[in-house]
Amino acid sequence: MTHVGYLIAGWGITMGTLAFYAVRLVRRGRELSGRVPDAHRRWLEDQGSDDA
Amino acid sequence: MAEEPTITASTRDTTGSRGSRLLGVATLVGLAVLGVLAFVLTDPDVRIHPSTGDEFGQFDAVRMLYVHVPLAAMTYLAYGLCAVASLGVLIRRTPWWDVTAHAAAEVGTVFCGLVLVTGSIWGRPVWNTWWEWGDVRLMTTLVLFLMFAGYLALRRTTGDPRTVSRRAAVVALIAVLDLPLVNRSVEWWENRTLHQQSTLGELKIEDLTLFTLMLGFLVLGMVLAWLLLHRFRVGWLERAALDHSVAAAIAERRGETPDEELRRAVGDSPAAREGFDENDRDGDPEAGRP
Repeated sequence: MTHVGYLIAGWGITMGTLAFYAVRLVRRGRELSGRVPDAHRRWLEDQGSDDA
Repeated sequence: MAEEPTITASTRDTTGSRGSRLLGVATLVGLAVLGVLAFVLTDPDVRIHPSTGDEFGQFDAVRMLYVHVPLAAMTYLAYGLCAVASLGVLIRRTPWWDVTAHAAAEVGTVFCGLVLVTGSIWGRPVWNTWWEWGDVRLMTTLVLFLMFAGYLALRRTTGDPRTVSRRAAVVALIAVLDLPLVNRSVEWWENRTLHQQSTLGELKIEDLTLFTLMLGFLVLGMVLAWLLLHRFRVGWLERAALDHSVAAAIAERRGETPDEELRRAVGDSPAAREGFDENDRDGDPEAGRP
């Protein structure tokens, strides 16, 4: 295979950046979720919670 | 005896839902399949020159296109969504449009940055250069990235949130005018770009190569959808947390402030009435009035 270094760099940076951004979003969401009442989190309604 | 389903704090304190988790798992599986197809099952781009018989093409560098081209398409999609939501901000003026526009701009800028980086890495072996300042495709894409970086900077400024969101919406609608320039630049200024025209047309790809590229569009589209969903929810929670903290601070302040002080603040207390001077009436006609 040719250009292995370029391929590793290109795919690695892409997947690494997307993974980092996704993890950051999830952590920020968890942090904020604890600070607001459930009524502001409408997406919990599909989890079968009575008080969501 | 069946137990009632319970939701623990760790499950509840999240921006995830059943649907987003399913999407996330499907996306991870899709990325794995895309990787196998891109690196193992597809062939490199090797063509034979008709007159000399020499090999030419992009060789294995073509495998970069399975991620670079879908990233570019998803950038267009995210910025297009941002433009639509920005119109919604200006017309409807509701938080839903505002949070959507902000989420689309941020995710789109992450994708646009990756388009620039992967394009540069792909360009080094194929064009023999990392970057070409005179190339219209590269420059219009860089301008697009910088304009939306400016949009995100504007969103972080302090001030009346409604004013900031309206100004940001105008910036987004101006910035998105660059999208057709980026897309058509390789045809309108074909002598001023190293960039190939439509990848689908130029490489004459077919069969598994075409399938892999199409799968790339689908999987990166799923990545975009998952990120947009969660970024929207984070934005929604940021607004809710701000409103909630302001309401809590007001309630707390009300609890701490004695009734006498509150009445004095609004000019409705015995002390205020005792201190009322008839001479002040000329200066402030409302002073001391119950």
